[in-house]
Amino acid sequence: MPDQVLFALEVTLNGLMAGVLYALVALGFVLIYKASGIFNYAQGVMALFAAMTLVGIMDGQVPFEHLINVIFGTDIHGFGWQVPALLAIALTMAVMVLFAWAVNRFVLRHLVNQEPIILFMATIGLAYFLEGLGDLMWGSDIKTLDVGLPQGLNGWIDSVTFEMFGYGFFIDNLDIVASVIAALLVAGLVLFSQFTKQGRALRAVADDHQAALSVGISLSFIWVLVWSIAGFVALVAGIMWGAKSGVQFSLSLIALKALPVLMLGGFTSIPGAIVGGLIIGVGEKLFEFLVGPLVGGATENWFAYVLALLFLVFRPQGLFGEKIIERV
Amino acid sequence: MADGAGGAVKDGRTIGGVLMDLSNITLRFGGVEAIKDISFDIREGEIRAIIGPNGAGKSSMLNVISGFYVPQEGEVWFRGARRPAMKPYQVARQGIARTFQNIALFEGMSVLDNVMTGRLTQMTAGMAAQALWLGRAEREEVANRERVEKVIDFLEIQHIRKTPVGRLPYGLKKRVELARALAAEPKLLLLDEPMAGMNVEEKEDMSRFILDVNDEFGTTIALIEHDMGVVMDLSDRVVVMDYGRKIGDGTPAEVRSNQEVIDAYLGVAHD
Repeated sequence: MPDQVLFALEVTLNGLMAGVLYALVALGFVLIYKASGIFNYAQGVMALFAAMTLVGIMDGQVPFEHLINVIFGTDIHGFGWQVPALLAIALTMAVMVLFAWAVNRFVLRHLVNQEPIILFMATIGLAYFLEGLGDLMWGSDIKTLDVGLPQGLNGWIDSVTFEMFGYGFFIDNLDIVASVIAALLVAGLVLFSQFTKQGRALRAVADDHQAALSVGISLSFIWVLVWSIAGFVALVAGIMWGAKSGVQFSLSLIALKALPVLMLGGFTSIPGAIVGGLIIGVGEKLFEFLVGPLVGGATENWFAYVLALLFLVFRPQGLFGEKIIERV
Repeated sequence: MADGAGGAVKDGRTIGGVLMDLSNITLRFGGVEAIKDISFDIREGEIRAIIGPNGAGKSSMLNVISGFYVPQEGEVWFRGARRPAMKPYQVARQGIARTFQNIALFEGMSVLDNVMTGRLTQMTAGMAAQALWLGRAEREEVANRERVEKVIDFLEIQHIRKTPVGRLPYGLKKRVELARALAAEPKLLLLDEPMAGMNVEEKEDMSRFILDVNDEFGTTIALIEHDMGVVMDLSDRVVVMDYGRKIGDGTPAEVRSNQEVIDAYLGVAHD
């Protein structure tokens, strides 16, 4: 095989792995949008907040450490213990559930029956609030997140491909783990939504609020549930991205990359989020590889958005979204 | 207004005691009084109709019963206990199922899944057990499926069980909505214009189903309907509303000979 094709193949594989991470973030958006029609701008910040909380708990940080020190003139620097990764993840999840409850109790409950744009604005506010809260609780410095996921070159794939093609593919172990976990997550979500009472209720709420009420479904319970699940997805995305590039503010910006993914896949489709993520991931890596050198590189910054723009013009409902027909 | 005596037998069916009692209900939207000081009751096992011209407040009344509206004044008594202000989903869990005037179904789901949602109030197994089909969850699901299949058979919608509801014609959607309400094994079934927008044939089918449901399952039914002929044939007792007030209450025959009711329907000027 010619070198160019081999390189392209490797780039494609790496693109797929990156796409999985995009898909993870997009998934959080889809879940909330489907169930409540809210475009949750805060999804990216939720991932950041989850990752910060996880690091904070693992390192035994005292929440609001800085604030406490300033107000009471104390000099606290952490509890001085380390929490095992799994326990810390469980605790972080508890924090995310608490957050989901608070969002519903203090924000959404007061905005029932408001225009979608109002709810969207509320989530923008929520994003800034959560960002500030995260900084206040855990400090704003860049942290490294290590929950013990394998990282670095996968030697097995390298040697196998080397024997086959005479060229070893560079695939990061973390990307493989991320893909496996994302697949498990999606399988779990499908099991949950198809086979449990709560899942059925969730799909019912996504379809018609009135009808859902009439069969005895509590909307606020479902919303807390769906925000909790979105919190869990954010946590998983936060762990993956955090392990890859450190826990820092830019983590919340990956949410912006989820936008083109959603425009491709459609805002209401879980498979759409996954396929959209993969297309964007592969597309931008391949485009950079093939066209990048001709236009001076850095195509990864804009490729996804241009693709999304094309979709908006020619297929606004995305690949898998429901076609919106308004009857007049 | 004569009320049928408790325990009366009509066409072989038993009409029991009072299931729901609405006393002095007043409902306002801002300055508009949609319902003015209305009282009536619904007896166990009967088919109770609420009729009246457009804008009389019939749907508002149904929404009060199903908890979608909370009246400013008056009391709702259900099964002998006064009902506090409740959310619609809590009312549903008490055993009051309903259909809507403008069909509210889960369009993306199949007919079977739609009807299954009617069983949500009856499911108690834990989440993990359900996802993995363990023990109680499996037995529960099987029991629920049995009831659902029975309802589906009963309403003759077997042939569309797997069809997404969004693709069905209007008449069938109405039937699926009825099936979902029935799946909940309601103590009281509320039907908001079950025959609106149907042709004669579909109306006849629906009338038959309503009578059969009442007969076979002994379900108490309260319904709103415009078609006078249908109402007179179906119902045991009729409440007549006009401009938010109750202007008549009794058997179809009594209501038909009530001068105020005749005026309301023939459009005599109100002063």
